[in-house]
Order: sequence, then C-alpha cells, then structure tokens
Amino acid sequence: IVVYTDREVHGAVGSRVTLHCSFWSSEWVSDDISFTWRYQPEGGRDAISIFHYAKGQPYIDEVGTFKERIQWVGDPRWKDGSIVIHNLDYSDNGTFTCDVKNPPDIVGKTSQVTLYVFEKVPTRYGVVLGAVIGGVLGVVLLLLLLFYVVRYCWLRRQAALQRRLSAMEKGKLHKPGKDASKRGRQTPVLYAMLDHSRSTKAVSEKKAKGLGESRKDKK
Amino acid sequence: MLLLLLSIIVLHVAVLVLLFVSTIVSQWIVGNGHATDLWQNCSTSSSGNVHHCFSSSPNEWLQSVQATMILSIIFSILSLFLFFCQLFTLTKGGRFYITGIFQILAGLCVMSAAAIYTVRHPEWHLNSDYSYGFAYILAWVAFPLALLSGVIYVILRKRE
Repeated sequence: IVVYTDREVHGAVGSRVTLHCSFWSSEWVSDDISFTWRYQPEGGRDAISIFHYAKGQPYIDEVGTFKERIQWVGDPRWKDGSIVIHNLDYSDNGTFTCDVKNPPDIVGKTSQVTLYVFEKVPTRYGVVLGAVIGGVLGVVLLLLLLFYVVRYCWLRRQAALQRRLSAMEKGKLHKPGKDASKRGRQTPVLYAMLDHSRSTKAVSEKKAKGLGESRKDKK
Repeated sequence: MLLLLLSIIVLHVAVLVLLFVSTIVSQWIVGNGHATDLWQNCSTSSSGNVHHCFSSSPNEWLQSVQATMILSIIFSILSLFLFFCQLFTLTKGGRFYITGIFQILAGLCVMSAAAIYTVRHPEWHLNSDYSYGFAYILAWVAFPLALLSGVIYVILRKRE
C-alpha cells in the first residue's frame, strides 16, 4: 500500500484546513479498511492518534487538543481519507501522519504532511506571476477573437447586402446560372467589400444609388 | 524600402535584446556588496565577482513585475513573428495593425514593470543604500523604443 499526502499545508489562524490523504493499493478496497491520523507537535517527540476510521465508522479525538475540531470528509470508496481541522491555532503547528491499512494489503509507509499556521497565509511563489501572465494573455486572446468574430460578421453582412444588390441590379437575367456562379462570385465580392467597409457612407450611398438604378430599370 | 525594412527589424530586435537583458541580468539595484534583479539577490565582492545568490522574496508586487517583463517579451516576440507573417500575407497598402498593437502592448508592459518596480521596491529591498543598475535603465530605455517601433508598424503601409 502506498499512501499519499501533501508535503505542506498552510492555514490562517481561525480558519480551517483540509488534510488530504489518498492511497494506492494492490487489493480491492475492503470493508476492513482503516485510516489513522497521528499528530506530532512541532518540536514534540511523541505522536498521538487523533483520528481513526475503521469498519465504516470514524472515531474522533474527544479529549485532546483537537476536540470537536476534526471533521471526517473522506470516503474509502474513492480512496480518500481526508480530514478537516477547524478553527486553527498556532499550537496546531506540527506534523500529521496518515496511515492506511487495507487488509490484506497492510505493508507500506505512512505519509506525512506538515501544517503551518500563519496570521495571514502568504501567497505561494508563482501564483501572482502565473495569474498576471495568464490573465493578460487570456484577455488579449479574447479581444482578438472578439475582434475577428465581429469583423467576420460585419463582412458577411456586407457581402450578403452586396449580393442582394447585385442581384437586384441584374434583375432576373442570370437566374438559371445564378446558383452555379454564386460560389465563384462570393470571394471577389468579399474582396471588393474590404475596400468599402472602411466607410459605411460610401456603401450606403452606393446602396441608395443601386436602389435608384434598379428602380429605373423596373420602369 | 529595403533599408527601411531592415532598420525596422533592427529596431525590433534591439528592443527584444533590451528586454531580455533587463529581465535576466542581475543589475536592477546595486549597492555596496550586493546586486539584485527580479529573480535573485546576490552579494558581490569589490572586484565584481558574484559570491552568493539567493532567490528573491515572493512579494506579490515583485511577482507582478516579473510577470509583466515576461509578458512584454512574449508580446514582442509575437509581434516580430506576426510582422514576418504580415509581410508576406498583407495586401498591398495594408497596415501592420496587429504587429503594431502587440509591440505597443509590449512597451506598455515593460513600462508598468519598471513603474511598479520603482514604486514598490522598498518592500522587498530593505537596504537603504542603493542605486539603480543598468538593467533597470535598460528596461526604461526599452519602453520608448518598443512604443516607437509599435507606432511605426501602425503608421507603415505595405508597399510591394
């Protein structure tokens, strides 16, 4: 059996901290599985048991320093033996040891996690660094994407407008060949619109003109 | 035209070199017997040899300085890359908007890095006797150069 915990956890005074513990076992998780958490105060020599889970029942320290402050949040089915310690105090500094026995797989090392209680939890190195880089890059990417989407929609609308215009100008002359030529015509229209899209005024003028012409044609 | 193109690229590369040097070299602040940069704090002997370095504090502001310097390098490299892309794909008469925008962003990033460092460095640099080193000055020099080359990119139209 191999037990995993964090190396270090940091907590602020008065807050709570979760001590994660998971394991890998060569056997199926049996009903006889047991988790044990031991606590060794900083500078202290002896480790005391503070939590035990066996036969589906958690047994929590009822007399020691962690009285009424430990909460069982694990689930043996998910190979999780985590506990939460509430209302942290400076005296909780120390090493917590997680031990898991999953009979018949019982041979293995325990895993230790060191708890540091601070007045204010210091930000871990690289958190701000990563957040700033990731945030700015994300925002820039998003803006670029937005810009291109807006431009794409705009061009498509313009192209559709132009196509309708040209169709109106030409009347129903090319009706049979229209569908075939549509695909080929789409691209040059797009390019032509690239030049016009800068000034919507020109487009609207042209539109008005085109409309006028088409009206003339109808007459 | 070729000369203009060459001088633009040279300017861009110069900005990049400045950014790299100022990010890496441990000369943001020098004082008697120590030299610090964004990453480490070194003690030096009188002859200039580095004795011992230890990593700098995980101060939030220092981290944001590091982040903005890295960002400016990323943006500047991206800008150079985009410039070559646009050089071949842009239609005649088009402007290098995206290239220019990224280069200007790089300039703004290096400016904010240098500005934050100027204002906040007493928080993690406790020695009272110091002077700014050349890497710090290079960062400030990189800012107008990056902005200038960015503006040139935006103004420039592509000729054949």
